[in-house]
Amino acid sequence: MTINTLSQDGVQRQQMPCLTKMERMIISMQDPDMGIKLRNQRLLITVIPHAMTEALHIGQLFVKYGYIYPLKEPRNLILKADDSPYRFQTPYYWMSTRWPASELDYAIYLAKKNIRKQGELIEYEKECYNALHKRINHTWDFVVMQAREQLRASKQRRKADRIVLECQEQAYWLVNRPPVSTAHYPPSKRYVKYCEQYQPHDPIMQGCLPSNPWITDDIMFWNMHSETVAVPTKLRVERWSFSFMELLNDSMGRKEFLTYLEKEFSAENLCFWQACEDVRHGETSKIPEKVDEVYKQFLAPGASRWVNIDSKTMEKTLEGLKRPHRFVLDDAQMHIYFLMKKDSYPRYLKSELYKNLLARAIVPQETKKSVFPFMRRQRHSSPSPALATQIGEDDGKGKNSNSVKSNSGTASRL
Amino acid sequence: MGEMEQMKKEAEALKTQIEAARKAVGDTDMASAASGVAPAPRVQLKTRRTLKGHLAKIYAMHWSTDNNLSSLSSIGVFRLMVSASQDGKLLIWDSHSGNKVNAVPLKSSWVMTCAYAPSGNLVASGGLDNMCTVYNLKTPVIKTVKELDAHTGYLSCARFLSDTEILTSSGDTTCALWDLETGKQKTVFLNHVGDCMCLSLSPDMNTFVSGACDSLAKLWDIRDGQCKQTFQGHTSDINAISFYPSANAIITGSDDCTCKMYDLRADQEVISYQDAALNSGVTSLALSMSGRLIFAGYDDFNCNIWDSLKGEKVGVLSGHDNRVSCTGVPEDGMCVCTGSWDSFLKIWN
Repeated sequence: MTINTLSQDGVQRQQMPCLTKMERMIISMQDPDMGIKLRNQRLLITVIPHAMTEALHIGQLFVKYGYIYPLKEPRNLILKADDSPYRFQTPYYWMSTRWPASELDYAIYLAKKNIRKQGELIEYEKECYNALHKRINHTWDFVVMQAREQLRASKQRRKADRIVLECQEQAYWLVNRPPVSTAHYPPSKRYVKYCEQYQPHDPIMQGCLPSNPWITDDIMFWNMHSETVAVPTKLRVERWSFSFMELLNDSMGRKEFLTYLEKEFSAENLCFWQACEDVRHGETSKIPEKVDEVYKQFLAPGASRWVNIDSKTMEKTLEGLKRPHRFVLDDAQMHIYFLMKKDSYPRYLKSELYKNLLARAIVPQETKKSVFPFMRRQRHSSPSPALATQIGEDDGKGKNSNSVKSNSGTASRL
Repeated sequence: MGEMEQMKKEAEALKTQIEAARKAVGDTDMASAASGVAPAPRVQLKTRRTLKGHLAKIYAMHWSTDNNLSSLSSIGVFRLMVSASQDGKLLIWDSHSGNKVNAVPLKSSWVMTCAYAPSGNLVASGGLDNMCTVYNLKTPVIKTVKELDAHTGYLSCARFLSDTEILTSSGDTTCALWDLETGKQKTVFLNHVGDCMCLSLSPDMNTFVSGACDSLAKLWDIRDGQCKQTFQGHTSDINAISFYPSANAIITGSDDCTCKMYDLRADQEVISYQDAALNSGVTSLALSMSGRLIFAGYDDFNCNIWDSLKGEKVGVLSGHDNRVSCTGVPEDGMCVCTGSWDSFLKIWN
């Protein structure tokens, strides 16, 4: 039973079967006849798990996902193999029913804590509280009002119940608190970051070296950026570090990356990825034979370029191969893609191979505009098939190519 | 009566809940986030080329992608693009030199869209004939490869995913994914209630967005054919749509004279690009390579340039004598091309 680590966007669908299994176990554990022996001890209920590894492992999972929680050290979400007391979490707070934990609820919880006991919030909670206060500022009144209401309502309960409820709530949030990481930034910051990163590569915003061919009529820029050039430009090599897709989209980048992977003996990953792309975007009629090739080369046991995919994905893929279609290799391809992205790609960027290339990469010299206006190229559009007369191209271009005023390359921050 | 009222109330309550949830996630703070960024320089682009050759209104243009360059750069052909005009022709231009590389006569002159395949081997056109016709440019004489005939309305936009698949949007309110080998529709995307006017493919080619006359933009998953998200906010037909280069937002242009940016994760409108002085509809749009600048063509013969982060107008491309019907920025971001009903294409930088 694999449980993937929680990701921000909620992997509820993947986790549900595991959660249901866990929940079934929890329910049977609490069965008064067949379940674990429970003791009442001044409102505390103790659970003593068996000291066997399997049970311990499952127990750990229960604590990690909040189905039972420790009473002595609530922040320490581990299962201790002694007789420290634990309690079953109420189904209201089970992950399957409450996913995803909303920021609004968390804000209300923190506000309650803050109101109840000033200075009760720990460092992490203080950070979250401030971040949330900034982010959902427009609903803050609602948050505080809700917090006050909930505190008032709880005061009317019996003390015993109130303690239990507080413990349950605290346990829930310890497991499920939303992360306050930079990846969570507001959308606008993402765009600003993207624009700033790409601005030096945007010729309209920032010009380009050696010069913009549309302005100077010099095609050197395109020559320097062609696929087969010997030495790439610095900007181009830098761009490969922006994202894995940038590296893969540039054929020279792919070649360099392949060289690196060969040194690491994991070149088959990139080859597999490329083969999958070919299946996805190629002719429908060729799909069965291509998929078969991929199987023989990469997936069959003992294949010459066997790729390392987890057993679940492998099983699913092999099942799908019985009826091959355009997307049959998608899961496997995605697995290998992420493997490369998380592992090989960052190491490539730190490697000597990449650093050397970056050091060798050129920054083109700005080409000077030709001084003699008479040297401009003659340019006429070929006669239109529909018209008898020749059409010149003078008006559009005469103005710029003749002028000696500098319009070239980087100077054109217009 | 009672039940209807109840259902209506429930729907209203859900709507308010969704709005609140969106607000919580969303970001009304684009202005403050963008305030730290240096303003885009006042952008004054000049016409670098005027491509003359069409005899009637130009309705569409599309740049070819970089893939072509390696084989063609040795013979000095750069920056291919295709344009379609209601004179019944598709013209393939080497826009840098201004030469026409190919002319493809169309069976039906009522063309509304054209597209260049990423490989450079194929081009497509379509319009009031309800069909999408695909041509092979690499045979000694240009041949029609397929006529994709299944839409029951005009073809408003087409985009190739590869040499074997093409996406189309149609006035019959559907979009479709076609298999070019068989000439049949593989997937039909049903959800719009108005004529689909435009579409844009995501960089990873797993999804696309479409804009329609029902004033909605929709995000579709190409694999399962489902509409994943719907974006509202416009008050009239959406004529133009494009993915932001980082792929987490889309920009739309509409007859209501505004352009809007929608964030995909937050599922809502983030900025509206509008100006009280502008009261003609947006016909087309294209983004600069970093996404910072939006080039939007309008019915008033101009193309306005917007700063996508700050929401301000930073320039204008004037020079056409009639409505700007299409705009496009090539993959290397070097320039922007505008096509107009005045039958000319202009390249600006």
